[in-house]
Amino acid sequence: MKKFLSVLLSVLFVTALCLTMAGCQSEGNKDFKVGFIYVGPVGDEGFTYMHDLARNAVEEKLGITTYAIENVPESAECAAQIENLVKKGCKLIFTTSFGHMDYTLEMAEKYPDVKFMHFSGYKTADNMGTYMGRMYQTRYLTGIAAGKATQTNKIGYVAAMPIAECIRGINAFTLGVRSVNPEATVNVVWTNTWIDASIEKQAAESLLSSGCDVIAQHQDSTAPVVAAEAVGAFATGYHSSMASKAPNGYLTGPVWDFEKYYTDTITAAMEGKFEGGRYWGGMADGIVKLDTFGPSVTEETKTLIKEKQDLIISGDWDIFNGPIVGQDGTVKVAEGQNMTDDELESFSWFVEGVVGSTESN
Amino acid sequence: MDMTMIIAMLGAMVAAGTTYLLASLGEIVSEKAGILNLGVEGMMLVGAVTGYIAAVQSHSLLVAALVAMVAGGLMAAIHAVLCITLKANQVVSGLALTIFGTGLSAFVGKDYVGVLTETLFRNVAIPGLSQIPVIGPILFNQTMLVYVSLLLVLAIWFVLEKTSLGLKIRSAGENPAATDAAGVNVFAIQYGCSIFGGVLAGLAGAFLTLAYNNIWMENISAGQGWIAVALVIFARWRPGRALLGSYLFGLVGILGLRLQAVGISIPTQLFNMLPYLLTLLVMIFGTGRPGGRRNDGAPAALSLPYDREAR
Repeated sequence: MKKFLSVLLSVLFVTALCLTMAGCQSEGNKDFKVGFIYVGPVGDEGFTYMHDLARNAVEEKLGITTYAIENVPESAECAAQIENLVKKGCKLIFTTSFGHMDYTLEMAEKYPDVKFMHFSGYKTADNMGTYMGRMYQTRYLTGIAAGKATQTNKIGYVAAMPIAECIRGINAFTLGVRSVNPEATVNVVWTNTWIDASIEKQAAESLLSSGCDVIAQHQDSTAPVVAAEAVGAFATGYHSSMASKAPNGYLTGPVWDFEKYYTDTITAAMEGKFEGGRYWGGMADGIVKLDTFGPSVTEETKTLIKEKQDLIISGDWDIFNGPIVGQDGTVKVAEGQNMTDDELESFSWFVEGVVGSTESN
Repeated sequence: MDMTMIIAMLGAMVAAGTTYLLASLGEIVSEKAGILNLGVEGMMLVGAVTGYIAAVQSHSLLVAALVAMVAGGLMAAIHAVLCITLKANQVVSGLALTIFGTGLSAFVGKDYVGVLTETLFRNVAIPGLSQIPVIGPILFNQTMLVYVSLLLVLAIWFVLEKTSLGLKIRSAGENPAATDAAGVNVFAIQYGCSIFGGVLAGLAGAFLTLAYNNIWMENISAGQGWIAVALVIFARWRPGRALLGSYLFGLVGILGLRLQAVGISIPTQLFNMLPYLLTLLVMIFGTGRPGGRRNDGAPAALSLPYDREAR
């Protein structure tokens, strides 16, 4: 009996100690709760995975509590899931897909004490801002690698939807390609889906069989990279590093890095300095970056990319500074002129060197 | 488009169509015995993920294919128990199977997204046959599962049309009561055919992950199981027509992308719609009229639960 009591007491003691220590470690930050609404599964290897990677890092770094809900459709279910997070005590909620926009706004109006940040949208409120990355900057740099790699001077680009975001990316990529290889063309195939491995593969194969030897993508699956590697062509990937899918042909890729953005935004909110508004960060802010290089990228190419990367980060130059010639050969942006953010957000024409149409297909 | 590009496109058509072919052959057998299974998409996904996991773990293609087939068969067995023994509504059960299979495959495959394997069905050129101009590179430089699907077309046609087992299967789907009275075990026939349909749907899934896309990702079939179901109607329950229909639907799926790649822009949405439009046309123009001589091939007792007591 005595032995049993002593064991029980020591167990209680250790438990109490653990609880106290856990309390000390959090320094009160554990009470600050942040919610994340994901459109896909964290195991998607791409977009949602990159958000979740940053969420875990920030939770560890700041000692806060975070909740993530995966596979939240762009429907009324989104509002219900946001409400769940609010009830759990979240003071700041990130929603990560364009279609979550209206539900985020609805909940922002319902819960004025909670702060919201919505990825890639355009609607804001006092307690709701938007955030987005200037992925086109890294696409330009990826274009340099592609322009240097191509032998056939035909580069394929598997793209999801003919909307401004994709058109902007294709144009930036093409300008990058043509900055080092004015002979090369970028051939666009629209898939009309963000994620469908079979269709993405078929699109990549169509481009490869028409003579393209580099495949770029604005798609969420790794299928285009896999298809390119299968026939010994080059590929660039998107969202996260897809290097492992093409050990030989991977050049580099435009990837997300949300850690610094989430750290800064959450820290600001904890200190009561939440700003909201419209955040459109670029390489200088660290929200987008260029992935590491594949084995075939030469030192010369790396130097060229580094030069342009330094220019972009310094802010002295940006991709859509004139002169820019359109697909039809006319000057669209004159020398000395720069495209505004509004113009970039409503991009509807291709630059010279793109083969394809911005029309409805 | 020059000749090499057209040949490349037709080769891709055969590969793209094989998913449809395997799944629709299975569905034809199931429906011939009177069991409508709308769970093809779900069975395909479960086959896709289990086959992929088995390939990663066992490094054996044979094991992977068998696991996918068993998993698809087990899924179909659920449907069989519900519809044959418990006489549940086949449409409802099939839809439930698709939703269940979609969720189950995502759950089981969670840790295998992004995992690569070298255990894949590679193209195997058949000596001699692959040297034939045009036909060779299109049909005889494909993966083993493509050849399997071609043999299955012959085998299923032969069994259904030329053997007494085929007669029993067909009569079970046309008039189960009369078949039963003739001393045939209708339930055994229906169970067998239904499970066989699941086995082939599972194999179609393994084709997707191990021969076609070479990766596993959530919802990788993205509706291809439904196209296979539509294809059965399009093919009017005949294996040979299923072959043609599969390749036609496969071609339709890639044609828009191929044309774009050479600078011809036709909306891809149009092509996505075509398989279903063609199926509707077949239903409109191919369906037999009451009292008419034309027959669309649909088994008369399709989707009607057979109840001995109700005779």
